[in-house]
Amino acid sequence: MRIKNRMSGNEALGQAIRQINPDVMPAFPITPSTEIPQFVSNMIANGEVTTHFIPVESEHSAMSAALGSEAAGCRTMTATSSCGLALMWEELYVAASSRLPIAMCVVNRGLTGPLNINAEHSDSMGARDSGWIQIYAENNQEVYDNMLQAHRICEHESVRLPIMICQDGFITSHAVQNIVLEDDADVKAFVGEYKPEHYLLKANETMALGPYANSPYCMEAKRAQAEGMIQAKKVILDVAKDFEKMTGRKYGFFEEYKLADADYAVVAIGSAAGTMKDAIDKLREKGVKAGLLKVRVFRPFPGEEMAKALENCKAVAVMDRCESYSTQGGPLGAELMSAMYRNKNKAEAINIVYGLSGRDVTVSDVEGVFERLADIAKNGVKDKQYTYLGLRG
Amino acid sequence: MSKLTEIRWHGRGGQGAKTAALLLADVCFKIGKNVQGFPEYGPERMGAPITAFDRISDNPIRVHSNIYEPDFVVVVDETLLHTIDVTKGLKKDGAILINTDRKAEDLMPQLNGYKGKVFTIDARVVCMKTLGKYFPNTPMLAAVVKITGLMEPERFLTEMEESLKHKFAKKPEVLEGNMKALKLALEEVH
Repeated sequence: MRIKNRMSGNEALGQAIRQINPDVMPAFPITPSTEIPQFVSNMIANGEVTTHFIPVESEHSAMSAALGSEAAGCRTMTATSSCGLALMWEELYVAASSRLPIAMCVVNRGLTGPLNINAEHSDSMGARDSGWIQIYAENNQEVYDNMLQAHRICEHESVRLPIMICQDGFITSHAVQNIVLEDDADVKAFVGEYKPEHYLLKANETMALGPYANSPYCMEAKRAQAEGMIQAKKVILDVAKDFEKMTGRKYGFFEEYKLADADYAVVAIGSAAGTMKDAIDKLREKGVKAGLLKVRVFRPFPGEEMAKALENCKAVAVMDRCESYSTQGGPLGAELMSAMYRNKNKAEAINIVYGLSGRDVTVSDVEGVFERLADIAKNGVKDKQYTYLGLRG
Repeated sequence: MSKLTEIRWHGRGGQGAKTAALLLADVCFKIGKNVQGFPEYGPERMGAPITAFDRISDNPIRVHSNIYEPDFVVVVDETLLHTIDVTKGLKKDGAILINTDRKAEDLMPQLNGYKGKVFTIDARVVCMKTLGKYFPNTPMLAAVVKITGLMEPERFLTEMEESLKHKFAKKPEVLEGNMKALKLALEEVH
């Protein structure tokens, strides 16, 4: 039965994992990991899932164990956050290049320093070129829904890549909000059984995994890996269609909120998008044609589609909850503006870094961004194309 | 009553202010509201000032910022009045609820000229009479329901009894004390 409930984003992922009932979950059981492994451990103790939990001594080991179990042919999940993800770095690339569809909950938090535990996208954004699919959420419902879709995407025969299901640390991971949980049996049927084609424990098939490859082969392997990411685009949309049939909730590469006729648009990832929607409603009441493009899928990057969705805007602010220290702006800004240029999008575009280390973003902060966009549409971009929102003195 | 009620909690780490904020969201969900309950995280340690928030609404809640202009403020530890501007942004037609053994008029010098209603409850007395131990979040939860009018007290008690029965399924003896604490708190908030 579909159930109306209320829970935090972390609890919602715990419920998704219960319903998916993965074969193996290796996880580092304390900070900087999340509460998610703790919830799953309780479920295992209560007999609600048959998952084999491997408590490991570090996040490096968590991902190493995930590699082993996924390669063996087991559906494997894990969860991490912040510097925990950073400690997995080496193995992230091994997972992607070995085409192991591990699904990982990432609770987005900043990386040191100054030492801080709060929401920021710099952890997963740093891993954006590791070959993992990345899907982001605005709230607990979305992160739950994204997790239910994760295995259908990452295990698809044309994809076979690991996937990060991301949500904002504390802002959604620890906030209790209303949510609709799907029926256990429906989820089980939707996710389906994992039937890998090749795996280490397969009888009568010997295979090598992660071998050394000289330059005559390595480049072809990487291109083949990139093909998986290209194919993921179609699969993500197909899975979203099936998900909509089951739940009525519609997903794509991104969400357009009052964007069709918008003169001014903000582009953002994660929880701040909700705050932006409230700001947009206020501005619309005053007759300002404001809109939002909320990015759901960051890897593969739907640049062409986003550039097209923004083509009628006069001015666009691309919002990054991450500093890349490139001196050119954040990762979303750099990639989206590049896509807008290639697709001959004529809108003026600026890049704004906001919300670092959990710095709060309010409705009035967002209204200020739209005021800037109105001025830019009229007078052109005068200041730097890359600025900070709400930076003190 | 407006369709959105925003509440800010001030407490100290270990007193259960975060838990109380989440319990309030929980009980409001049960009567069909859209809810959002969340703490502001800093370095977590016992005794450090912490803030938690509730949004209770008839409509879905999308905003994800902290609350700067609350309808209600709850102070779980009155020693915070010395160090924190607890009435900052508090709406004049709202109210503040303070856990104290002092009278409201004696607290006024510490409320920065706040013009709205001031409610007090001595959660320690309520706890000692009913639970025998000091867990301020239980009486504070009942008191905040009373002053906000988010639901009828009877409905609140019914919903709380049901969830406490579930929560303390293995410790039924705890249920009675908690229910007594909630009932007494409803009477003792002034």
